[in-house]
Amino acid sequence: MTDAPLLDVRDLSVAFRQGGRETRAVDQVSFSVARGKTLALVGESGSGKSISALSIVRLLPPGAQVSGEARFDGRNMLTVDDATLRSVRGARITMVFQEPMTSLNPLQTIERQIAEILELHGLSDANARRSRVVELLTEVGIPNPSARLGAYPHQLSGGQRQRVMIAMALANKPDLLIADEPTTALDVTVQAQILALLERLQQTYGMAMLFITHDLGLVRRFADTVCVMQKGKVIETGEVETVFSAPRHPYTRALLSAEPKGDPIVSDDAAPVVVSADNLRVWFPIKAGFMRRTVDHVKAVDGVSLIIREGATVGVVGESGSGKTTLALALLRLIRSEGPIVFLGDRIDGKSVAEMRPLRRDMQIVFQDPYGSLSPRMSVAEIVAEGLTVQRPELTLNERREIVAQALTETGLDPATMDRYPHEFSGGQRQRIAIARAIVLEPKFVVLDEPTSALDMSVQAQIIDLLRDLQRRRALAYLFISHDLRVVKALAAHLIVMRHGKVVEEGPATQVFDHPQQEYTRALFAAAFRNQVESLS
Amino acid sequence: MDVITHGAAPLAPPISRSGWLQLTPLDRRRLVNFKANRRGYLSFWLFTILFVMSLLSNILANDRPILAWYKGELLFPAFVNYPEEKFGGFLARTDYRDPVIESEINTHGWMVWPPVHFSYDTHNLALPTPAPSPPTWMLSKSQCEIAAAKTLRPGQTNHGCADIEWNWLGTDDQGRDVVARLLYGFRISVLFGLILATISSIVGVAAGAVQGFFGGRVDLVLQRFIEIWSSLPQLYLLIIISSFLTPGFFVLLGILLLFSWVSLVHVVRAEFLRARNFEYVNAARALGLSNFRIITRHLLPNATVATLTFLPFILNSSITTLTSLDFLGFGLPPGSPSLGEILLQGKSNLQAPWLGLTGFIIIALMLSLLVFIGEAVRDAFDPRKNFG
Repeated sequence: MTDAPLLDVRDLSVAFRQGGRETRAVDQVSFSVARGKTLALVGESGSGKSISALSIVRLLPPGAQVSGEARFDGRNMLTVDDATLRSVRGARITMVFQEPMTSLNPLQTIERQIAEILELHGLSDANARRSRVVELLTEVGIPNPSARLGAYPHQLSGGQRQRVMIAMALANKPDLLIADEPTTALDVTVQAQILALLERLQQTYGMAMLFITHDLGLVRRFADTVCVMQKGKVIETGEVETVFSAPRHPYTRALLSAEPKGDPIVSDDAAPVVVSADNLRVWFPIKAGFMRRTVDHVKAVDGVSLIIREGATVGVVGESGSGKTTLALALLRLIRSEGPIVFLGDRIDGKSVAEMRPLRRDMQIVFQDPYGSLSPRMSVAEIVAEGLTVQRPELTLNERREIVAQALTETGLDPATMDRYPHEFSGGQRQRIAIARAIVLEPKFVVLDEPTSALDMSVQAQIIDLLRDLQRRRALAYLFISHDLRVVKALAAHLIVMRHGKVVEEGPATQVFDHPQQEYTRALFAAAFRNQVESLS
Repeated sequence: MDVITHGAAPLAPPISRSGWLQLTPLDRRRLVNFKANRRGYLSFWLFTILFVMSLLSNILANDRPILAWYKGELLFPAFVNYPEEKFGGFLARTDYRDPVIESEINTHGWMVWPPVHFSYDTHNLALPTPAPSPPTWMLSKSQCEIAAAKTLRPGQTNHGCADIEWNWLGTDDQGRDVVARLLYGFRISVLFGLILATISSIVGVAAGAVQGFFGGRVDLVLQRFIEIWSSLPQLYLLIIISSFLTPGFFVLLGILLLFSWVSLVHVVRAEFLRARNFEYVNAARALGLSNFRIITRHLLPNATVATLTFLPFILNSSITTLTSLDFLGFGLPPGSPSLGEILLQGKSNLQAPWLGLTGFIIIALMLSLLVFIGEAVRDAFDPRKNFG
């Protein structure tokens, strides 16, 4: 082994040309990865970290203009011929992507997909291939691997799919594994398992890893060196310890301090109840047979009771599929449910769509994805004013615009931009627009369905501050749904932990956080806080 | 958050909409995108010119003058039917091409003729050759002289082709001018196509929207109905129906409409099924919007790109259906100008290639232009091009 780094990237630039305009996605980036070591590329979305990694194996879409050099084991990957490139891809450099659902072919069994790579890179004996596939699946921790060989991706859970992806990446014992946000799409408990797996495999195989993430906790735990990227440039690079203990660049400092902070507003137990539900159930029937008889139910929400008081926040945490969002939609009467719901002293569970309409003014929702929740074909003013046109039809156009402008100001946006379209705003600004849409009607109760999950870390903190500020000023009642416990901790004074539609544990947030009673809650917290605790210590 | 009343400066910027169309910025960008597509933009203007010309058929090609001054009276023969009595004759309908009437009016006034002196049903009585007669510029000098001799009074000098009425694209087998028939035929085809495409799009989009938005049983029932309905053999039905209903413009429109609305339903339904679970649609529900408003404000715009992609083909298929029916002889009543009828004449008179060629070229040109325009419009509305 030589001292030369395994991967040496020098002055890498990537530009995209579209309609005569040139956008520089990556600008003069240099980094290197030593054998057996881990380099983390950190930055917010759009900072060019994925594009840098993809350009090393020339996987960029046509139209990208790449310059500079990326030497892998001495050869410049940007200029080698296609045959050499193919022999390196999938064998010596492999990749694991963010979304395990779309990176696997849904029409082929996992055995075929893993075996295909082995076959392409020279393992021609079918029996040898099969035993190697079983070996790999055992290694990545798929239970009972020989029975799962014929499974299709949809028969596996998200974590298992990501394990299969990792098995594919490991198939040919690569020298370099590029992991592009490998855990972002997974639940916290699964995240922890996948990370442990990667860590163990790295030690066994002695491979180098290029780890792309926006999560600083992971970097701290995982990487040897770190490159912080912003707007296509590397702004800080160095040993993880040095960068974390003494960040030089202001942006790095901002990133490190961007964790959601602050304490939730302590609720007053005497405050009037805004929403309460008792033994709320949402069961989706499973129908079978010729007569479509109901044979069973999917119990998305199964007997949940809660009380939300004015000015208080109830946090709902749990893994995906635990029924958090369904619970919220049921409380807002956006889906059918059983069990009494009392809103501002009124039973609303029996009301018709038309009877509900005037009440919608007092109950609003903010969704997770600020890209999906704003119609791309309406201007911001139209989006925010839409509720006003229904709920307060007596207003004139100019009065409506004035109210919209005030709501935008209140959420920290410049009202002069109200005639622009959503795509002209960043993710954080778009989430502010969504919040403005919810508060413009002056509601009493707002459901926040993972409002920060799709946002970058530094923006998350700002949105949390904004939400807390609005709550204080308007005595709003929040139902805050999240799988991110750090965010919940900063906002919710009362906590409900859900699993499989049932409440596992509930109580004052401080108590649940400090002394979780249930095994599941402890596992959830352990997975979520391990990174954070380490990075803060 | 009530409206500020104490005289503070308003926060909201004034509404900025510019241009005489009051376009929003998004529409302006679409217009720019459309203009940037050179082929589509050129096609648009070319088609508009052709269409406007065909709309003006009555004053471009007519066997009656546009204006006439007769005995101190201003007449509009192209638009008003004056009995021949007025000019000293006895027929109910004046034939202004009759030399007697012509000289009668010219001695007591004047006439302004359209550029082409034939209407779609005017028989050229002074054909140089037996019908179908070739375009005048293809005739030999002697053929012209024979034709000119028929109209000239004895003693006048025969200038050959300069003395006869020109049939720029020849005549059909009944001696009717092809240019005139083409203009009127183009008008009928395009209007028919536009009306059929518009109505069937409206019906199709509405049906698809209902299916996609409500889903469930409504979707199931309508979907099965459409499957059965669209598997009916259209052409046979058309032929059978046209045998006991007199096929006119509106009868044909009605019959074709029965089947053509189906084509858009699937696309719109699929778009609605996809979009009805978008978060912004859920947000709109949470704001208390009615189903109708959600459909029109939030879901229909999503279906526009898909609809616009199909629209040029629907328009074209409407035009070709009419053309093929005319070609088969089940279309518009005999004598009506139509592109299909020109093609039919071309087929039955292979010795007269100008008929078939004219029909082919004009139909190919019209269909291509429409597809080019459709493509440009679709690209202009494509959100991926707008929000790059």
